[in-house]
Amino acid sequence: MAKKNFNNALKKAFSKDALTIYLVVAIYAVISIMLYGDLASRQLTNMLISVSCYIVLAVSLNLVVGLLGELSLGHAGFMSVGLFSGCLFSMWTVDLIPMLYIRLPLAMIFGGLFAAIVGFVVGLPALRLKGDYLAIVTLACGEIIKNIITNLEITGGALGLTTTNSGSYIYSKPKVLLPYAIVLVLITVVVMMNIKKSRHGRAIMAIRDNRIAAEATGVNVTYYKLIVFVLAAFFAGAAGVLYGHSFANIKPAVFNYNMSIEILVIVVLGGMGSINGSIIAAIALKALPEMLRGLDKYRMLIYSIVLIVVMLLNSNQKFIEFKSKFSFKSLLKMKKKSKKEEISNEQ
Amino acid sequence: MSLFFQTLISGLNLGSIYALIALGYTMVYGIAKMLNFAHGDVIMIGAYSVIVTVSSLGLPPVIAILIGIAFCALLGVSIEFLAYKPLRKASSLAVLITAIGVSYFLQNIAQLIFGTQQLAFPKIINLDAIKIGSVQIDGITLVTLCVTAVIMVLLTLFINFTKIGKAMRAVSEDKEAAELMGISTNRTISVTFAIGSALAMIASLFYGATYTYIKPTTGSMPGIKAFTAAVFGGIGSIPGAMLGGIMLGIIEQYSKAYISTTMSDAIVFGVLILVLLVKPTGLLGKKISEKV
Repeated sequence: MAKKNFNNALKKAFSKDALTIYLVVAIYAVISIMLYGDLASRQLTNMLISVSCYIVLAVSLNLVVGLLGELSLGHAGFMSVGLFSGCLFSMWTVDLIPMLYIRLPLAMIFGGLFAAIVGFVVGLPALRLKGDYLAIVTLACGEIIKNIITNLEITGGALGLTTTNSGSYIYSKPKVLLPYAIVLVLITVVVMMNIKKSRHGRAIMAIRDNRIAAEATGVNVTYYKLIVFVLAAFFAGAAGVLYGHSFANIKPAVFNYNMSIEILVIVVLGGMGSINGSIIAAIALKALPEMLRGLDKYRMLIYSIVLIVVMLLNSNQKFIEFKSKFSFKSLLKMKKKSKKEEISNEQ
Repeated sequence: MSLFFQTLISGLNLGSIYALIALGYTMVYGIAKMLNFAHGDVIMIGAYSVIVTVSSLGLPPVIAILIGIAFCALLGVSIEFLAYKPLRKASSLAVLITAIGVSYFLQNIAQLIFGTQQLAFPKIINLDAIKIGSVQIDGITLVTLCVTAVIMVLLTLFINFTKIGKAMRAVSEDKEAAELMGISTNRTISVTFAIGSALAMIASLFYGATYTYIKPTTGSMPGIKAFTAAVFGGIGSIPGAMLGGIMLGIIEQYSKAYISTTMSDAIVFGVLILVLLVKPTGLLGKKISEKV
């Protein structure tokens, strides 16, 4: 009995999900050592917070695109709602709560909730629309959000929010923000993994695969569609608050459909519904343009060519065969197979 | 009252540009069932081709326009051949991301060749303004409206009465059945891309004449607006794209004139969402019944 429990525990500790968490922790451990030991280059330091935010954005968008199967082109809109509301909250309470470790999480929750409310409103049309029509509505919502924030006086209009004014100084350096980024990424990853494994996740995937069949078996489609949009918006908003604290000035025009598309590209390249994939693709796609900075003029050109080639290769039958032949998994299997053959030969 | 009519004219002008671009989106969608996000950037390439042929090479406008149309049609066909054709059987999201990649590619190529600063678009249409009562219609607006009307009539005739037009409708209705009838889907898709891109080039002429400056990112906003217009009218429907484009242009100009210049985009997109909530497949889109 004890052995069985131990085996189960062992299985759990080496399950795919757990490995993802180890991977994230390991990456951040290395980065933390580099950052606090002053080994990190300036380039890396500047990238850290924004890459972390993109991981959260991609993993949360994956819930909508990968699990629910609906195309959303307005994720940057949710992010900016969270960013501006959370940063304003932080600016107003900076005298009241000077401790960052209380204020920032509170601001993240505040911004996240605000974004979740907007996510609920955007989720409503999702009940009636689907496919490309829903995609254009989410895109439209993102643009409306951007337009409204640009016209609000409270957020500084088109000039944006300045976080370094005396009296409302909330700007923080990457070194200060990194622990919060790590916690946010871990929470997002754990929550998304558990949703995916739970009956809620199965219900959401059932809606993706066949809405009518899911409805017939008693899945509450309305509830799940709304909850997916609300949850994704919440995490996008929380990531936005973190993002906002790492910049001295934030302009609302940055959060346009191009940014939403950038997040979508990460999700699709990482693999629909795959949390591991989203994390790796976020790091790779955000790091790639930075690494190509030396090539300056050509870097975005190379980026676009890489994007096209990867998409073409991924749907090429011959390449898929080639990939599956040399993947890590199949190599392991081959080893097992040859062992089995050895055993059977001996017999 | 004069502001009302003046706005109507400028709305029609802008709407014609949107409609021409939206036609490209909707035709490609109807036939290849894909959102061609790179379509907006074909407009930008078309505008640059006019700048090169007219401003740099000094060719007469008519020849420049013909070269531009041929070039854009070729560009559209080659984009389809290189980037979208290998993905015929892939998921629609994979095609969408590839289209986004192509869009980035075109923008960056233009940036490398022409730089990031904006270039002046040459004046190719010189017509005096006409005054009707207190309403003034610019020469370029007049040309835009007339040309767009002629193109729409021709396109409708082409789609309805020529062999290729019929093939296009057949492929968009049922690809497999069309193939069984001996229609070459690949050729039909190529023709669609060629026509769509040629229309985008014509739209770029009017866009350049109205806004007078061209940048590598010029294509993206009219592209998105035209895409919105296509969905507004019911994506896949050719009359829908015409109606959607013109209505979108009129709504945009009226909200700029009467409500707020800075909030016009929000109003346009807001109207789109309202229309889609009432009619989920757009104004003229076909109602799709679900099979269980």
